[in-house]
Amino acid sequence: MSDATMDIAGPTLPKIDQQKLAPSPGYWKSVGQRLLRDPVTIAVTCIILTILFITIGAPLVTSADPFQGSVLMRLKPIGTPGHGLGTDETGRDLWTRLCYGGRLSLLAGVLPVTFALAIGGSLGVLAGYAGGLVGTLIMRVMDVFYAFPSILLAIAICGMLGNGLTNSILALSIVFIPPLVRVSETVTTQARQLDFVEAARASGTTTFQVIRHHVLANVLGPILVYATSLISVSIILSAGLSFLGLGVTPPTPEWGLMLNSLRQAIYVQPYVAALPGLMIFITSMSFNLMSDGFRSAMDVRLNK
Amino acid sequence: MLVFAFRRLLQAIPILLGVTLVVFGLVHIVPGNPIDMLMPPEASPEIIAQMKAAFGFDKPLYVQYFLWLFRALQGDFGLSVFNATPVWGQLIAALGNTFILAILAAMVGFSLGIGFGMISALYHGRWPDKLFSALATTGVSLPHYWCAIVLVLAFAVMNDFLPAQGMGDDAEPLYNRLQYLVLPVVTLSLIPMGVIGRLVRATVLEILGQDFVGALSAKGLTRWPVIRHICKNAAPPVLALMGLQFGYLLGGSILVETVYNWPGSGNLLNLAIFRRDIPILQATILVLATFFVLLNLLVDIAQAAIDPRIRR
Repeated sequence: MSDATMDIAGPTLPKIDQQKLAPSPGYWKSVGQRLLRDPVTIAVTCIILTILFITIGAPLVTSADPFQGSVLMRLKPIGTPGHGLGTDETGRDLWTRLCYGGRLSLLAGVLPVTFALAIGGSLGVLAGYAGGLVGTLIMRVMDVFYAFPSILLAIAICGMLGNGLTNSILALSIVFIPPLVRVSETVTTQARQLDFVEAARASGTTTFQVIRHHVLANVLGPILVYATSLISVSIILSAGLSFLGLGVTPPTPEWGLMLNSLRQAIYVQPYVAALPGLMIFITSMSFNLMSDGFRSAMDVRLNK
Repeated sequence: MLVFAFRRLLQAIPILLGVTLVVFGLVHIVPGNPIDMLMPPEASPEIIAQMKAAFGFDKPLYVQYFLWLFRALQGDFGLSVFNATPVWGQLIAALGNTFILAILAAMVGFSLGIGFGMISALYHGRWPDKLFSALATTGVSLPHYWCAIVLVLAFAVMNDFLPAQGMGDDAEPLYNRLQYLVLPVVTLSLIPMGVIGRLVRATVLEILGQDFVGALSAKGLTRWPVIRHICKNAAPPVLALMGLQFGYLLGGSILVETVYNWPGSGNLLNLAIFRRDIPILQATILVLATFFVLLNLLVDIAQAAIDPRIRR
């Protein structure tokens, strides 16, 4: 780019010694540098890593059994010896339940977005690149699903399929496909009209090569950033489905379900009853802030 | 402008038809007849056949669809399978209650969101921006069903300021009945506040970077007339999002209505799911989705009225 402009304006400008110019860092390297300078993003990434550690490595941070209750130890307050975060309505250790419960909450939050990203992203890139009849067809079908508020659609699908983790993941995947198709279609349509994509097509590159090297390289970033912003919504919604009794079934530990079963106990142990929800909140907030951090680090226009 | 509105209206018809197909199909994604699931296993085949005929579940699927669609267009959603009362009456009562919550929550959430977003953008990078951006992100990340529980804890359990559940009965004085609204409205308004606040901030920041803003100030306009120009330019995307958010408030209040035991459409839907009351389920989802489509239609037309560039 700079070489070409200098060649054109060559005779009138003083010759610049190429050796003295600082090398321009690559795009991803500069994104990384901007991320390292952002304390909020670093902090929330650490929080997410910690949550991942205590949930996946639950047996390492707690020795209690998440299913083992005790009639004598029901609904103990925070700070009870042996039960640092208290116990739930059947006397199970809440810290243990929170650690194990995060596994399903995170899984049920991340998996739908992953599935929807794979299906919705492909459909969107296809619709945007192909355009014409195929594009119109895909987008009109998505418009129909867009006509349902997302929570309503998820609850309706889950309610019809019956409760269970698989059904709630399936329902949420269907819910997140239309927005991902829309976003990928928009960015692909924009990328397709860029001059170098036109040039690649004109010079006889195969459709597959054009999509792989020129289109995907330009649309993947924005689509991924959008998908990460959906994770927070997905975690809230999947826990919400369990909260309604449509997701995971008892006695499986899961934050939404725990919040629901402890709801009756708010008159006895208010702080203990609020803890599972606090975990959902911290996790979704962290994912939201991380997504914001990546978005601004990847947006070249904001970081001149 | 009229041509645009008319064309947009025509585009909504196939979408609405698609919506009816999805709502109808939703019920049939699980194999089995709705009546079979309701009847006790020891019921005789004759009675089951009689019940199927009474509720119209004995005909082929496509006949059921057209019969259902034809009746639904006339506002006849049949009888509830659970208690055999007309669906329409239950639905109207529940929708009315949800509307009260949604409209109040929208008014609170949208005005706070717009205010916070504007202040954030105009004080970009300084402490008001940081404070309100944090508030908006919190609003977006809050699981509102948890927030509902926490608010009940703080205002109804630990202190006795506000009622925790229900909407009171007609006999109580107006002031008392208004108290029942406070907690649900506050809970529901947090998400629209966050979402709108973030969009207003981003849109206004983008507009502030455009040349015409500098030109207006250079021309000698004072602060407020410039802000008026910014508002007009920021309106279309914000309006579109407000339409979506209002739809979410109507259709997505199910979790909050469950916590507060508010007798709205969300509560009705929740009961219908657990009772497997198909007619109520179909009618509630269909009516809410239709509202959502019409709302977006209105928003599109309003956008075009504000910004001539959208009318093409």
